Parts: sequence; structure tokens; C-alpha cells
Amino acid sequence: MVAAAVKVTEVAVTEELISFASKQDMLAKSKQFWNPDKTQFWIDSGVPLVIDRREGYFIYDVEGKRLIDVHLNGGTYNLGHRNPEVAAAVTAAMQRFDIGNHHFPSLARTALAEALVSTATPGLTKVMYGSGGGEAIDIALKSARHATSKRGIVSVAKAYHGHTGLAVATGDERFATLFLADRPDEFTHVPFNDLAAMEAALRGRDVAAVIMETIPATYGFPLPAPGYLAGVKRLCERYGALYIADEVQTGLMRTGELWAISKHGVNPDILVSGKGISGGMYPVSVVLATEAAAGWLTEDGFAHMSTFGGAELGCVAALKTLEITCRPEVRSMVHYIAGVFTDGLAQIQAQYPDWFTGIRQDGLVMGLEFGHPQGAKFVMKRLYENGVWAIFSTLDPRVLQYKPGILLTPALCEELLERTEVAIGKARDDVAKGAHP
Amino acid sequence: MSEANIRGDAATEAQLSVSELLVDPAGVPRARAMLQRAEWAARAFARYGKAEVDAIVRAAAAAGAARALEYAEWAVRETGFGVVEHKALKNVACSTGIADYYAGHDYVTPRIDREARIVEVPRPAGVVLALTPSTNPVAAVFFKCLLALMTRSVVVLSPHPLAKEVCADAARALGAAAVAAGAPDGVIQVVDEPSVPLIDALMSDERTSVIVATGGVPVVRAAYSSGTPAIGVGPGNVPVLVDATADLAKAARRIVDSKSFDNSVLCTNESVLIVEQPAATGLLRQLRQAGAYLLEPAERDKISGLLFPGGRFDIRFVGKDASWIAAEAGLRVPKSTRVLLAPFDLVVPEEALAHEKLCPVLGLVRVPSARRGIDAARAVLRLSGRGHSAAIHSADPQVIMEYGAAVEVLRVAVNVGSSLGSAGHQTNLAPTMTIGTGFFGRSSVAENLHPSHLVQWTRLAYNRDPAEPFGDFTGLVPWQAPAGPIPPYPVASNQRDARPVTAGAIAQAENAVRSGSNGFKPDAAALREEIRRMILEELSQLAGG
Repeated sequence: MVAAAVKVTEVAVTEELISFASKQDMLAKSKQFWNPDKTQFWIDSGVPLVIDRREGYFIYDVEGKRLIDVHLNGGTYNLGHRNPEVAAAVTAAMQRFDIGNHHFPSLARTALAEALVSTATPGLTKVMYGSGGGEAIDIALKSARHATSKRGIVSVAKAYHGHTGLAVATGDERFATLFLADRPDEFTHVPFNDLAAMEAALRGRDVAAVIMETIPATYGFPLPAPGYLAGVKRLCERYGALYIADEVQTGLMRTGELWAISKHGVNPDILVSGKGISGGMYPVSVVLATEAAAGWLTEDGFAHMSTFGGAELGCVAALKTLEITCRPEVRSMVHYIAGVFTDGLAQIQAQYPDWFTGIRQDGLVMGLEFGHPQGAKFVMKRLYENGVWAIFSTLDPRVLQYKPGILLTPALCEELLERTEVAIGKARDDVAKGAHP
Repeated sequence: MSEANIRGDAATEAQLSVSELLVDPAGVPRARAMLQRAEWAARAFARYGKAEVDAIVRAAAAAGAARALEYAEWAVRETGFGVVEHKALKNVACSTGIADYYAGHDYVTPRIDREARIVEVPRPAGVVLALTPSTNPVAAVFFKCLLALMTRSVVVLSPHPLAKEVCADAARALGAAAVAAGAPDGVIQVVDEPSVPLIDALMSDERTSVIVATGGVPVVRAAYSSGTPAIGVGPGNVPVLVDATADLAKAARRIVDSKSFDNSVLCTNESVLIVEQPAATGLLRQLRQAGAYLLEPAERDKISGLLFPGGRFDIRFVGKDASWIAAEAGLRVPKSTRVLLAPFDLVVPEEALAHEKLCPVLGLVRVPSARRGIDAARAVLRLSGRGHSAAIHSADPQVIMEYGAAVEVLRVAVNVGSSLGSAGHQTNLAPTMTIGTGFFGRSSVAENLHPSHLVQWTRLAYNRDPAEPFGDFTGLVPWQAPAGPIPPYPVASNQRDARPVTAGAIAQAENAVRSGSNGFKPDAAALREEIRRMILEELSQLAGG
């Protein structure tokens, strides 16, 4: 039995419910009953990972292999897996609460909304809840359309904002056309870092909102040029569109400030957070909006409903997550950690300047560029062998997403950099030998 | 009950439950976050060089001294202990005083011992958990913070709850000055709401490198029990012997000055005066002139009952002045009274007045000879205060030597008041706010705490065989001045200015060229050109600088 082999001691009931003869048996059934393509993809990529136990920044494969997690599911595990403080808060909450009734005012939802507003960029005064990032993006886009009475939505090419109805239309066609979910008439994609293209898209004054990840994650974290985001905000104001900051991956102190957009001097009309907002313990997503952008809440508060949106256990997890994240000690640590990676990665790059071609970094949001169209896949594989889990950028596989946790210790940073250095060197040799990713 | 009331009550009850779930009363998680930040700060600070450390120490000390009087007033207001003027003096002594005293010392630069063929590299303790007392709150904060800064350690401070506000402010003032002078962010942190479970959590946390505990016996014992290396010190109970050879006028003045200094809150203050009978009359006359009031037996009993209700010292009297204590006992004493002299016959456990008194009440015992005086001093220390301090006023080296060899203390203040003498402010002992009580006093430190106690040395020990040449380490210093604030603000990589070029970066770039030449070589020539440019740039900077 796989679970027993890795000494899962936490909950006996887990073993009662989940039991496979072997890892092979489990993978076969995963293909049979779950997702055959995705299951096979990871096997073929040299990352045959089935995560079992997890703790802090470590995840353990069912066969016991330890990996340092620098994928963190896009920041979901910013505070580490099963953060003890978040776990304690949720455990305590479960003695009294459950998901709650979404129709009624709720203690936990109200407390979280107040906490979010009090820490937000200026102007954001209302909070709406979803159960995941995609739903939150849909809420944001719907709110913008209601507020402006316009339909158009502008996003950047290769954007990614989720897979729900409206969100998927903002993103790369890879995820939209398969499901016939692209809507070119209402959803315009413009090149990133191109203010002229942005202005051209807005000039018709038929755009409800521009939606931007502060640093586009799935595109490999290309950094906004100095002044670009502020310029987009100015154009939005000029042409009567709202600015939606998608901070799902860049928020929650990853760039050394609670919300990355504040580093660009932009006060968005709407800000979206998900993933890490509830510490990876219970899903919840949030949309923060200005009074003007949230007008439907006063006109018809039942207009958007979600049974699981703002689930109370998620709100409790988010309250604790936000409290931890906003500690001055944590902000300071993020700056220290970012500095260590700036220096450490520069040293690695100096060894392999022709292979490790670029470092995109804003705090702990990092994209590592390699000199091969599929470069990050080679590095991902070697990192996995070397005990590190980091994922390539789906929409630009040259770039490895490198997202260390915000509570990393100095010792673990050093270990991670050493493992990374070795893996990058080995991946370089793989490419030189003409291997395939 | 109206409907509105029912709703209101229910909401209140539920709200309380939510906060119950979310609030951690002990504040332990936040304190652990402080230790983790401290670990980062310590890691950075450990690589600073001497010049930067000196600048940081000077800045922090000056910031403390600038507010010495303000903090003295605040401390007296918050704790009710001591005398403002004396606390202000101590605050200066423990800020710029300490910085000046150790100005010529170096706890940063490696030492080379060619004779022994050993190079010693100083390595800081790391994260110092400083527990400070209520009696000398700000001076102790200054002292411990400056010792840490001198040695490149960082501090998490947990002040005594009675003095938490002034200590937090004082620690933050020093920390802000240190950071402004270039120290790493988080170099001094302070717990705002100290509590027993919180201190326990900090003490047993593996990120705490060393605990420096000054305070009551329980906190010191807890420090030693925590499993973390600790420098803890025991309580005092200072005997002072005046023999027949002493200069009685000077002795009397020094004893009264010392006993009344900050109303006896220094743990080095005299507790029991032992006088050799032939000198007693003369000494008492001089003591009265210096401001002491000799209690009559009935008065003595009132004072004893007041200070030691049920046999235990009432902390209400800590650091209060003599005339206030007399008034509390219903006694009328001259306005000029600075010390109350409480005579008793025998130093035994059941004699309350033989125990430690952190107030200007001084026990008085007459003995027929210096030898009996030494016995009495040993008896005082049997009650408490082993390993701490004693004092003697005498012109006879033989008596002084015998006294020092017999009483179980690790410092004897000779012909000087003990409060400031044993603490090193009026002797050439290390000036300190932490008195090591050694093995006598169940401590790991036998001296007055000084910066060396927070430094450890990595020794590079060469082969003893002279045939093996000893390296030339002249001028080799592994530490570096930080290029800017530590940590640097995380500016996005596409918005950073060119980083300053260092020799290390050049060496790495050269390595890169070498490694590039056997595999990938798209732009090796261009890279070489770039390195040449970087080297030239650095050389021109060196020439210019």
C-alpha cells in the first residue's frame, strides 16, 4: 500500500479512503479515471510526481522523494504547505463553522472584507467573493461591464486569467478555442509593454476594462517596462475603462509589497486575488473594487451568486493568511530572501551566461530564461532529479517559473540555490548533447 | 426582551467566538516571526567589517544618550522604581559610556598569531535573546543592545512587563539609529507584550543562539533549562565589611552614596553592613553625617515587618526612597535621610533584614573582629547572592585578601561603593549591567558581562611542524561593507541600475568564459570584451578613490 510505505501517520481515515497497490497501479488508475493526457505528460517529462505528504516548503512523492517546492501552485503555498498557524485557525473554525450560507451576511466574510479593504491600495472599498481565481476574474469583468455599461475587455497577448467563461476569453487561445470559448468580438488582445497598441484598443471608448496580471505568470513573468502599467492606467482613465489588477500570482507580498501593483504607483479600480489568499488550506478568491466599480452590490446584491464563494472556512484561512503576510517581520524577510536570490542567481548565471540567458525578478517572482525554445523543461527535469520542484511557463517554455516561499529560512535558500546551480549545469549539458525535453 | 436586543446579543456572542478563534493570546507566532527575521539580519550582520560596525555602535549609542534623561523619567514613571538623575547617569554610562569604553577593542577583524601559527576569525553569536529587568530597564536595554552591535549579533529583546513600554521605545530608538547607520533591518527587535509562555517559546526556539538573562531567579533558571545556550546571572545580597583600619569618613560616605544610588535598584548595592566593633562608633557617626538614619529597635521592627510581610520582600518598596519608606512605617526621620540603617545581631535565615533589599534599607551587624566579619559575610551569602558581589573598606591587604579568598563572590569592591564599583563604573572591572555569578551562583559566566562573551572564534590552526610554511594573512579581511541598505529594496530586475562591480563578480565572469569555451560559445569574444571593460572601470574607480 503506497500510503503506508511513506508512513502517513496524520490521519488513519486517509488510509481507509485512499489505498493503492503501488505507484504504478495508482498512475494507471489516474489515467483510467482522471486525466490520461496530463498523467502521461508528467511521466514523459521526467517528473513522475505523485505528491503525498507535504510540510512547509517540502513536498514528498509517494515513494518518499523530498522536493523543495518553488512552484507553490502559483503562490498558493506562499506560507508553506499546511502552515501551522493557518491550519490551527481552520481547525478551530471547523468546531463552529462550515462553508456557510451565501445569502446571508456572515461574520467571517465581513471580517475578511474589512481586513482586505484596510490593507488594500487606496480607493478599494468593497469585497466580492468567489471560490477560485477564474470565478473572481469573471466577477471582476462582470462588475466592470455593469459599472461602465460597455462590453469590451482588453488583455495582453499570452495572458492567463483562468478557465471560466469570461476569464478564458481574456487568455491565450490555447485554452479558449478548444472549447469554442474565444470571443474575438468582445475580447481584444494587445501586445504586452506596448502603450501604443493599448491606446489603439481603447480609443473606441467601447472597452469596459483592461485586465492585467501585474507580471504575466504563465507567459514566464516578462516584467512590465518602467512606467508601462501607470501608462495603461492613464489610458484607462482617458477612455473610460476600468483597470483590473490580477494579483493572483503577484500579490500577497511576493514582490516585497502586499500587492505588486502598488510598486507601480497604480491604484486599480478592481483587484483580484486567489490562490495564496487562503494559505492553501481552503479555497476562496476575492475581488476588491472601488465604490464605483462595485455598483451592482447596491443595485441588485443577488445579481452574482456563488454557494461556495466566500466560504466561511476559507475566509478564516484568509484572515490568518493576511495577518501573517502583513507582519512587518515577513515583509522584511521577503526583502532578505529576494536579495539572496538576486545575488545567488547572478552567480549561477555568470557561470552559464550563454545558457542561463536571463533573470526576470521582482522580489520572489522570478522567471529564469534559458537559451533553448524548450529550455525550462530541461531544467525542470534536472531540478526534479535534484530535489526541487519548479514548473516551466506554459506559454513560454524557455522560461522557468521560480517562485520561492515568502517564509524561507536562510539555510533552505542556500540549499535551494546549490541544487539549482547543479541542475542548470546538467540541463545545459543535456541540451549540448542534443537531448529532447 | 425586544427583538432588536435578541439580535444584538446573539451577534455579540458570535463575534466573541470569532475573535477567540483568531487571536493568539500569547503572541507566540509573532515572536517566532521576529526570530526568523532576526536570523536573516544576523546572517547579514555577521559579514560586516570593523568600520561599519564602529559607525553603527556610535550612532546607536548617541541615540541612546540623547534621550537618557527622557528615558530615566519614563522608567521611573512606569515602574515607580529609582531616582531619575541616577537613572539618567546610568543611561549615559550604558550608551556612549560603554561605546567609549570599548572604542579601542576589535571584535570583528581576524587576529593573526604567527608564533602559535593560528589565525582567529571572530564569528558572532547570532541571535541574542535579551531579557531585561524592571529595576534598571533602559540601561540594561542599552547595554545588551550595544554589546550585540559591537560583536555583530542581533537582538530580540523581551523586557520585564513592568517596564515594557519604555524598554520597547528605547530598543526601537537604538534599532532605528543602528539601521540608519547601515545596520541590517531587524538588528534590534522587541516584544511589546511579554508573557511567560512567550518567553518560554523564544528561549527554547532553535533560532535563538544565546539567552542573556538578567532578572529574577525563575527567569534565569528557565533560561538555563531551555536547552539553549544561556548567560544568566543570579541575584545579589551584598555584604560590606568595614574593618578597624578603614578610613571611616570615606567609607561612610561611599556606602551611603552607593546604597542610595538609584534607591538601591542595582543588584550590586550593599545589603548588610558588617562593622568591626572598634570602628563601630566612629563609623556610625560618619554614616549619620552622610545621611544615614540609625533605626531604634522598635523602629527597626516596624521597618522589617513592613518590608518583609510574611517573611517575603514586598516589591512595593523596590527603588523607593528612604524617607518615603520611613513614612510608610509611620516613622519620623530627618528630611535629609538617604539610607535607613537597620541593626540586628546575627546573620541567620530567619532574620529578614539579612536578605536582599532592593531599597535603601541597610542591615547593620557589629562583629568583634575582622575574622568574625568574614564569617558574617559568608553567612549573608549563604542566604542568597553567591557568586555575586561583596565590598570591603580596609587599609589592610591581608584582611582584604582573606576576605576575597573566603567570601563566595566573584568580585569584591575595595574602598569604593559597591553599586557602581562592582558594576565596573567606579573600578576597572568591565562596566556592565549583567553580573556573572559563576559556578557559585549557578551561572556560566564569572565576570561582568562584556562584548567578548558574545563572540566565538574560528581558529585556523596550522601544522605545528615549522617545515610547513605559515600563510601570509596580512590585511586579509573576509568582511565587506554593504553596498547599500540591508536588505536591498526588491526593485524589479529591469529597473535596477548597473550593480557595482566587484572582484568576485569578475572572477565569476572569467570562469564563465572558461566554461563557455568548451560547450556554448556564441559570444565569448563579446563577453571577454565586457569583462575587460568592467575591470578597467573598477581599476579607474580604485585609482580615483
